[in-house]
Amino acid sequence: MNHRAEAPADAILPNGHILRYTFRERLMHWINGGAYLYLMFTGLGIWSPWLFWILVVLGGAQISRMLHPWVGLVFAFSLTWMFITWASQMHPTEEDRAWMKSMEHYVRNEDEEMPPAGRYNMGQKLLFWGFVFCGVLLLLSGVILWVPEYIPWNARALRYFAVLVHPAAALLTIGLLLIHIYMSVFAERGAFKSMIRGDVSQAFAKRHHRLWWERVVGSASRR
Amino acid sequence: MSQATLRIQKISAHAGAIPGEGTQREPQVCKLIDTTTCIGCKACEVACMEWNDLPFGETIFDNTYQTMPETRWNYWNLILFNEHEREDGSLMWLMRKNQCMHCADPGCLEACPSDGAIVQYTNGIVDFQQDKCIGCGYCITGCPFNIPKFNKETKRVYKCTLCADRVTEGLEPACIKSCPTGCLHFGTKDDMRYLANARAKQLQEHSNFPHAGVYDPAGVGGTGVMYVLHDMTQTEAYGGLPSDPHIPWSVKLWKYPMKWLGNAAMLGGLIGLFIHYIRFGPKDDPDDPTQNQNEPPVSKPPVAAPPETTVGGRSR
Repeated sequence: MNHRAEAPADAILPNGHILRYTFRERLMHWINGGAYLYLMFTGLGIWSPWLFWILVVLGGAQISRMLHPWVGLVFAFSLTWMFITWASQMHPTEEDRAWMKSMEHYVRNEDEEMPPAGRYNMGQKLLFWGFVFCGVLLLLSGVILWVPEYIPWNARALRYFAVLVHPAAALLTIGLLLIHIYMSVFAERGAFKSMIRGDVSQAFAKRHHRLWWERVVGSASRR
Repeated sequence: MSQATLRIQKISAHAGAIPGEGTQREPQVCKLIDTTTCIGCKACEVACMEWNDLPFGETIFDNTYQTMPETRWNYWNLILFNEHEREDGSLMWLMRKNQCMHCADPGCLEACPSDGAIVQYTNGIVDFQQDKCIGCGYCITGCPFNIPKFNKETKRVYKCTLCADRVTEGLEPACIKSCPTGCLHFGTKDDMRYLANARAKQLQEHSNFPHAGVYDPAGVGGTGVMYVLHDMTQTEAYGGLPSDPHIPWSVKLWKYPMKWLGNAAMLGGLIGLFIHYIRFGPKDDPDDPTQNQNEPPVSKPPVAAPPETTVGGRSR
């Protein structure tokens, strides 16, 4: 059996690693991430004349304008999938509040000062809810921006709402994304790999998600 | 379309200097529409279709003389017919030739994200360049007069060019040429302003229209199309002519404060993360027992072999 492809979440693999993200979760994440990157780059090209060249590189401004809404639908669907999969694990807990209070230590890499976190720490939960919230706003305003010619003159307030909300929500997600990429690719060794191959070492789990690690190891030893 | 010698003084979404700003001694041109002498003959509508070779479309009859409810991508010039009841109970039939107003501060150009898709020539004409249009429709949102119209087949937006091709060659726009009553005039903005004020004064003093005036709204910096109206207090009665048009505040908010704040935040975020990386670096690799850079030095035996592996940060 190919453990990485078929093992359930939180399974301990033969090499002692813990499967943090199943294949389905990884696929979901990268569909969402790929769609997001396209949307961000084409969106930035439309956002600023100084970045208009991005649209040219990506096949021309007309093509970008045509594809952006469709890729937006891919993003919306994969975000919905993420919501269904992860929302139940993203409710803030008592431990999260303690974690939030010690944020300063986390930023200063003083991980030994941090209270233990569960499967997701509060930062990750905020990222999740931030993307869900902005995703809803982006979808609602995006539909209006997709077909402005169908909005009658009397309902023009919808267009005024959309041109303001769409970039505002997008800017928020760019802020979240910068931190997300920084944390997962640069700051936390082992995090990026967990979204590629799915597994994290026990040491990683113990360091960054101690409550989750205790639960996984505890239930494994009980078996 | 010929742009001949016209240079560009405003350009949409252009990074860097504006190609023709201040490089040409060119007076602003202006249409003057005297609504008080318009008889609604629609010669201007026909002339516009003819000169610009616009394809025919179906008209819509809704119990008025008006050709269709609003302008279309292929119908740039439309006389709006409005029955207006005055305070004394008498009826007025208001006819207003509606088309692009060629604003000095064009909302369409302000909102457009495509480099050079909307330009304003040095004579004040605002013109769409369909080859550079990306079909986003932001101009539709930016316009306070409901003028730019989307073509679903070409995915481009179209509107009145003020016959830029004719004007460049020293001709008046086609609509002006066709008007049989002399209610349409064309010339420099200064000349038209003089003519319009004289006519408004005449209406006030001799025709019992004390509120007659010239429509040249300051909210959009003045327009390249001016109206003489019987009653400046009732602009909305002329088919929804806004009394104080301006670029929508949400477009202004989006294009100015939000753009600069957003750019500063994105750039600041990138720089901030980079500084964090060179100041604090990555977190210790949990799988590398030699990495203990956050341990206080006293807890480390000097030079000796590593103490029992501290795998987790909290396990010391």
